[in-house]
Amino acid sequence: MSESTASAMVGASGVATPAGVAPDRFFKYWLIVPAIFLLLLVGLFPLIYSLVVSFQSLTMLEMDYSFAGLTNYIALFKDARLWESLLHTVLITVIALPIELVVGLLMAQLFLERLPGRQIFVSLLVLPTIISPIVAGATWRLLFDNRYGPINQIIGWLASEPMPLLWTINPNLVYPAILLCEIWQWTPFMFLILLAALSNVDKSLTEAAEIDGAGYWRTFFKIVLPSIWPVMAIAILIRGLDLARIFDIIYALTAGGPGTMTETASIYAYVQGFQQFETSYTAAMAFLIIALLTALVTWAIRRMGLAK
Amino acid sequence: MSAQMPFLRRPGTVLAMRYAAAILLTIFFVFPVYWLFIISFKTPDEIFAFPPVWYPESIQFANYRVLFKDGDAETVWNSLILAGVSTVIAMVLGTICAYSLVRFKTGGENLAVWIISQRMMPPIAIVFPIFLLYVFFGWVDSFHGLIILYTAFSLPYVIWMMRGYIEDLPLELEESALVDGCTRWEVLWKVVFPMVRSGLFATAVFTFVFAWNDFLFALVLTRTEVITYTVQVTHYFGGQSNFWAKIAAMSVLGTIPVFFTVATLQRYLVRGISMGAVKG
Repeated sequence: MSESTASAMVGASGVATPAGVAPDRFFKYWLIVPAIFLLLLVGLFPLIYSLVVSFQSLTMLEMDYSFAGLTNYIALFKDARLWESLLHTVLITVIALPIELVVGLLMAQLFLERLPGRQIFVSLLVLPTIISPIVAGATWRLLFDNRYGPINQIIGWLASEPMPLLWTINPNLVYPAILLCEIWQWTPFMFLILLAALSNVDKSLTEAAEIDGAGYWRTFFKIVLPSIWPVMAIAILIRGLDLARIFDIIYALTAGGPGTMTETASIYAYVQGFQQFETSYTAAMAFLIIALLTALVTWAIRRMGLAK
Repeated sequence: MSAQMPFLRRPGTVLAMRYAAAILLTIFFVFPVYWLFIISFKTPDEIFAFPPVWYPESIQFANYRVLFKDGDAETVWNSLILAGVSTVIAMVLGTICAYSLVRFKTGGENLAVWIISQRMMPPIAIVFPIFLLYVFFGWVDSFHGLIILYTAFSLPYVIWMMRGYIEDLPLELEESALVDGCTRWEVLWKVVFPMVRSGLFATAVFTFVFAWNDFLFALVLTRTEVITYTVQVTHYFGGQSNFWAKIAAMSVLGTIPVFFTVATLQRYLVRGISMGAVKG
C-alpha cells in the first residue's frame, strides 16, 4: 500500500472505522481544543486585555474605567526612561549575540575533530546553560563581590595590588559585568547547537573543495556556512528573542541600577507594573513591547529565510 | 615526516594546543559553578576570609541544615510540584494536539506557525494582564494558577517537538489497529503514545527544566504559599551584604535535580535545546 493511501485511510474521517461506530468527524478538533484554549489564554487574552486597559486610566489604587483615549500612548512616546530601557536592551543584544555566536562557533570548531576525552569536556561545558538564569546571576553576584569575590582577587594578582572594583555599582563596570554573565551562560548553548550542525556537514563536499585548491576560509564561507545556516539561524532567533526579554540576570546583578543605567524593557515594565502600580500605563507598554517584538520576529524570519 | 614540518603544524603540537584551549575554556565555564558549590560547603569564616579561600578545609552541611530547619527548602518542593504537574499536563495536551496537526493536517500550516509564534511572546508583557486576571479570580499565590501558566507556556514547544517525532512514525501500525477495531482514542493511547515514548521523554525534560528555572512568573504570581526556589534565592540578596551561604546552598539545591536529569538524557540535549532544528 502506498504512503498516500495509507495516509488517506487513517487521515480521512472514518474510512477504517469499524461498522457500528459512527465516524467521529470532530475527533481531530477534540484533540486540539484544550491546547488551543490554553494558548489563547496566554496568547490572545493578554493582547486584547492590554489593549482595552491601555485606553483607560487604571492604577492599582484608582479604578478609573473611563475612556482615556491615547493618553497612555502619548505618555509612552514622551517617556525617556522607556526609550533608554529599549536602548539598553538593544545594546546588550547587539554585543552579546555576536560574541556568543562567534565564540560558540570557534569552540565548535575546536571540538569538531577527534579529541580524546571530548565527551567529558562537552558535558562540563554545557553546565552554565542548564542552570536557572537567576542562579547564574546570583553566582556572578558572589563572584563579583568587591571584597570576598575571586574575580577582584585574580585581577589583584595580575595588577599586583589589591583591586576592590565595584562591579555591580560602578557605571563603567556594570555593563561588562552583565555581559560577562550573559555570555558565560549562553555561549555553551551556541556551542552545542553549532557542534551538532557542523558534525552533520557532508565531509565529501569540504574535502572536494580542498582538493580543488580552495583555502580554509573559502571552504568555510562557501560550503560549511551555507549548510549550517538553517540551524544557525534558529539558534540566533532563539537567543535573540531571549536577549530581547532579558530580565533574570539583571534583576540578580544590578536590578537595573545604578539609578536606571542598566534598566532593560522587561525590568522597566516590571517596575511600572509591580512597583509603581501604573496599571493602564504598563498595559500600554506591554502592548507596545508585543507589537515591536512581533514586527521584529516577522522581519527576522523572512530575512533569514526560515518561513517555508 | 612530522620532523620536517614547521613546529606549529606538527600533529603533536596541534593536539597539545587544542588540549590547552579546551582546558582553558572548561576552567572558564566551570569555575563559577565550582565556586557556587564550594561556598555552600564553607563555614562563615571561610566565606568571609580575605583573601578568598579557594577550596574549603572540610565539607560541612550546616548551610543546608539551616535551610531545612527554617523551612526554606520547601520552596524546592514547590518548584517540583509546579514543574512536574505542568509538564505532565503539557505533554498530554501538546502531544494529542501535535497528532491532530500531523495526521489530519488540522488548521494547516497556518495553525502550526501561529502556535510556534506563541513561544515568542515576551513573558513580561503576558504576565501583567495574567496577574490582573488572577487577582480577579483570586488565583495569585496558588498552585493551579502557576501550573496553568507554565502549561500554556510550554505547549508551543511541546507541540513543535512532538510534531517532529510523530511525523517520523510509520502509519501501518495505527492503520491496522483501526482495522482491528480500536477506537481512535485507543489508537492514540495504545499505539501512538508508546511509539513516541523516547520523544515524549526528551521533550518532557526540557519542559520540566523551563518551568523549574522560571523566575519572572513565580516572582509576580506568588506571595508566601507557593514560592519557588528561584524566588527564594533572591530573598537572600541584600543591598550592602548578601546571605552568602544561603544563596549558595539554595542555588545548589535547585540546580542538582537539573544536573541529574540532563546528565541522564544527554543524547537528547541538542535536539531539545535547538527546538528540533538539529535532528538527533
